[in-house]
Amino acid sequence: MSLVLENVKKSYREPGGGVLPVLNIERFEIPKGEQVVLVGSSGGGKTTLLNIISGITLPNTGSVQVDGNEITKMAEVVRDRFRAERIGFVFQTFNLLPAFSALENVLLGMSFSTNGVNRKKAKDLLDRVGLSGRLNHKPTQMSVGEQQRVAVARSMANSPSLLLADEPTANVDTSNQDTILDLIRTTCSESQVSLLMVTHSPDVASQFDRVEQLADFNKPEGVTA
Amino acid sequence: MNLFSIAWKSLKQRALPSMLTSFNVALGVMLMVAVLVCAGVVNRAFTQSSIPYNLVIGPRGSELQLVLSSVYRIDKAIAKLPYNFLAELKADKRITRAVPLVFGDTTEEGGFPVVGTTEEYFDMGAGPGEEYKLKGKKMKGDFDAIIGHTVALQNGWKLGHQFRLVHGSEDTGGHVHDETFLVVGILAPTQTANDKTVFIDIDGFFSIEGHDVKFDEVRTQLTQFWGSDPEKMALELGKLDALQEERAALPPDAHVHDTPDILKSLAAVLVQTREKSPFDPINITAEMRNGYQAQAVNPLLPMKKLNDDVIGWVKDVLIIMSVLILIVSGVSIFVSIYNSMSDRRREISIMRALGAPRSSVFGIILAESVLLCLIGGVLGWLLGHGLVFVAAPIITKQTGLLLDPWAFEWTELIVFPFLFVLAVIVGFLPALTAYRTDVAKNL
Repeated sequence: MSLVLENVKKSYREPGGGVLPVLNIERFEIPKGEQVVLVGSSGGGKTTLLNIISGITLPNTGSVQVDGNEITKMAEVVRDRFRAERIGFVFQTFNLLPAFSALENVLLGMSFSTNGVNRKKAKDLLDRVGLSGRLNHKPTQMSVGEQQRVAVARSMANSPSLLLADEPTANVDTSNQDTILDLIRTTCSESQVSLLMVTHSPDVASQFDRVEQLADFNKPEGVTA
Repeated sequence: MNLFSIAWKSLKQRALPSMLTSFNVALGVMLMVAVLVCAGVVNRAFTQSSIPYNLVIGPRGSELQLVLSSVYRIDKAIAKLPYNFLAELKADKRITRAVPLVFGDTTEEGGFPVVGTTEEYFDMGAGPGEEYKLKGKKMKGDFDAIIGHTVALQNGWKLGHQFRLVHGSEDTGGHVHDETFLVVGILAPTQTANDKTVFIDIDGFFSIEGHDVKFDEVRTQLTQFWGSDPEKMALELGKLDALQEERAALPPDAHVHDTPDILKSLAAVLVQTREKSPFDPINITAEMRNGYQAQAVNPLLPMKKLNDDVIGWVKDVLIIMSVLILIVSGVSIFVSIYNSMSDRRREISIMRALGAPRSSVFGIILAESVLLCLIGGVLGWLLGHGLVFVAAPIITKQTGLLLDPWAFEWTELIVFPFLFVLAVIVGFLPALTAYRTDVAKNL
């Protein structure tokens, strides 16, 4: 299995002192290489789930295993390193650093892994997403679609085993939507990378064999902070 | 990509505020470097240890003024010593060499001080056991001159150049003497006041019209100087009376070229004593104090006192001011980085999401602070030396102090570790803010 969540519970303390339960997942798993789309209402806990899977946020209780590694038991610095090396991230708003060129944004993705920076691999990745002619362009010098392609290249920089994509096509136009989606799916297929993609778009969801409604396996009632 | 290259990218992204912040540091460093260089030069100039004579003998008055005028050539002579006193000093067995100095004139071009002396001045050497290096030849004729390195450089004078002197200085309204002097020798650099001095033969100096002393003036001088030795005073006054009678017998339109010794006076005498008798200078100093209207001064002591009491204190105050400016610059770095943190929480969160540990984002912000400080430091160091380079000729002209435009002080290098520590201190809080950034909230 690429990803296994068991008895994961997460809640937040509210400013008034109350507790807001967000996640209560008994079991959720993704086999290696499978591509899954996750749909759900706004505020339903999708982003929290991605943060927990990536180790950015810890659950209150429960187990999160990525490639058989229990990330909730890891020290923070180990978890950071693990995230850098095993989990790719594609964000809705691309999250490229404006001071860095396309190539440097990909290199930055490599900077925090133990493998270090590999310029050739970074160039190859940008070539694969069709940006070999845009290596030295800053994000502001590229179109929205190109920026998201850089983000896809960056997410694959350390050859992750799991790619988390948080509404990656929400901010691109229809023609780019298909290109980006195709790019992500193809890249994941070629490298046997498991994919968990969050989306609100029925069009996007319809292209996946496995579509999960968060509400179907997340029952947050009764979670305590 | 290491932390510094990531930090550098971030600084470039905020180029204008980064430049202004660094420039702020640069101004503080510039001031500090300029102070250290100038203080170093002044310190060396005033604690010149390579003086080849033990004593400077001159008229009673300020010891400091005597040394400043005769050794450093940056003050007027106090008064005059009778020329015949030189013979008495030379007859003293404890004194191996007594070199007379007369001064008061300057060059018409450049306003360099002119010193009348004898060949013995150069025989004493540039320092103990250190010969003068001379291009050209020694002074033979009365109107031959040897010039210092700076004089040759600034005036563009070469061997064979002819020049005239100004009585006093042009600033004090002195007139130009008719006599013309010839450059026969140029000294190699000595890093002493000799570099900016024009040496002429003492006989040539007294050949210049107006350099002899008037009878009444000499009479007063002799009476005061030999007051404690009535026999000697009577002898000298007798010589003066005889000369005055002789002159009175001359026709009114007769022109006298020679200046008799009795009408000559000296500004100072540089004295070397016997090497193996360390008490000679002490004894001579004590005798001068008790007897003649003269004083013998160790040339190092008044300068050391001046340096310790005044110059050192002023230097310390200026350095403290520079440090305060640097601290203010440090605060501006803190404000600049800290203010940018709210805009950069997202950037930091992105890096954390990409796997950057908290220590890395802490290090990146600290690296930014260090880069701002060190860039400012290097710029300030260059500006400081640029300031010295530009100001050196002006300071030399105004004060007479030789300021090497390329002067370097090892103490300047302390600025860089100081800046590093300052950068770490002022960068700590913004770095801590980055360290504590909530990734989930800011993505």
